Amino acid sequence: MIMEEIQVEAENKKYDPKIAAFLCNWCSYAGADLAGVGRIQYPPTIRTIRVPCSGRINPLYILKAMANGADGVLVSGCHPGDCHYISGNYVARRKFALIKSLLTYVGLEEDRVNFSWVSAAEGGRFAEVVKGVSERVGALGPNKGVFKVDDGGATDE
Amino acid sequence: MTGVQRMNKIISDIRETARQLLADGKVDVVIGYAKGSLPLKATPCFVHSAQEVDSLIWDETCENNLAAFVAKTPGKKAIVAKGCDSRALVVLLQENQLVRDDLYIIGVSCHGVIDQRKIGAEVGEILEASISDGKISVKGMEGDKEYLFAEVKDATCQTCRYPNPVIEDLHLGELIQVSQDVAAFADVSAMENKSESERQAYFKEQMSKCIRCYACRNACPLCYCQECFVDCNSPRWLTGGVDRAENLLFQAGRVLHLAGRCVDCGACSRACPQGVDIRALNRKMTKDVYEMYNHESGISEEGKPALNVYSANDPEEQFLVKE
Repeated sequence: MIMEEIQVEAENKKYDPKIAAFLCNWCSYAGADLAGVGRIQYPPTIRTIRVPCSGRINPLYILKAMANGADGVLVSGCHPGDCHYISGNYVARRKFALIKSLLTYVGLEEDRVNFSWVSAAEGGRFAEVVKGVSERVGALGPNKGVFKVDDGGATDE
Repeated sequence: MTGVQRMNKIISDIRETARQLLADGKVDVVIGYAKGSLPLKATPCFVHSAQEVDSLIWDETCENNLAAFVAKTPGKKAIVAKGCDSRALVVLLQENQLVRDDLYIIGVSCHGVIDQRKIGAEVGEILEASISDGKISVKGMEGDKEYLFAEVKDATCQTCRYPNPVIEDLHLGELIQVSQDVAAFADVSAMENKSESERQAYFKEQMSKCIRCYACRNACPLCYCQECFVDCNSPRWLTGGVDRAENLLFQAGRVLHLAGRCVDCGACSRACPQGVDIRALNRKMTKDVYEMYNHESGISEEGKPALNVYSANDPEEQFLVKE
């Protein structure tokens, strides 16, 4: 009886993706904080990594997150024009456009890697962005391994 | 003048220039090409004295990008540069990796280099080969064949828009007329039009060939980091094993480092012992940078690489998350 219940529960349980969220210290991280302080509900799918600026994002961070099994990546910084360091997110914007384009080109599902601008005042919007990203990554299912290394090294062919 | 005479004239001019430069003490070393130990493959050559200049050659087998050696060679140096080599030199100058005054550029216009892999696929290992006047006769393990140069020209060279050096101190030989005035990316567009699963399958197949020997990185004139991310122990980006997912991580990381800087010389593809289609990734970035930021790397000394600058109006719709 109990076993059956557990099984049913497991089947009904929605798949929760794991998403690495790189948030800039000055805007998006504070936006996430505001969402928390305001008790705005959003799915517990993101694992936050605070970075000094979206300009600090190394493309390898995103690739490595995918390789280590994250189901998705969210990168968020200040809106263009609002960067604490004046031009960090402008420089990042060119980089992000190329990263997204290349990853789509090599066959990574388009919704796995996401970029957004969220300001420190947009707590509600931050929750919406996370909701949207979680839904889309959730719909794709677990990381299918374009970059994922399963067994820590040896050949998989 | 016939083609052979023109080629020989360029070779004797290169030797004479090198002799003069070394004899006058204007440079310490001349970086050029010498006949390699394998047929149809010239080897980079470092000439330190006027007596050695006769080893220098110039023909369709000079496939290395010599700009790769310039920053690593101390002292004043002269370099034999074709179009793509000179573009790489421009990027290196923009990035303060070279001192212009220490560099003497001997410019040579280039008709393209031979794609040996194409020949090797048909005749087996190439045992002997000779080139004369646009015809290449090859003796291979599995048969002999004669080719027209145009048939076996490297894929990079077929769409080359800069056969003439963009910076030089001296030009040898005639200039080559360029037919294309806009960059053509038919190969990239064809790949973009395929479905996601087709592209994924294609790159899976390509990456399973890669043995991560890093020949592509070493051949690249613009990969000059003191410590490459693949060699880095902390953080360890790559586990060290060779599987296709990790190979793709390496190639994607490499290509993103070259975004907006790659001069599309094709040295990486030619250096690859496994025939991995590395260029497909580099070309994609070149196309994006060209279309989004209207930038072609290494064509003028003014300006900076595309990712070092920005504009308030850069496009962002295609990568921002849809809400």
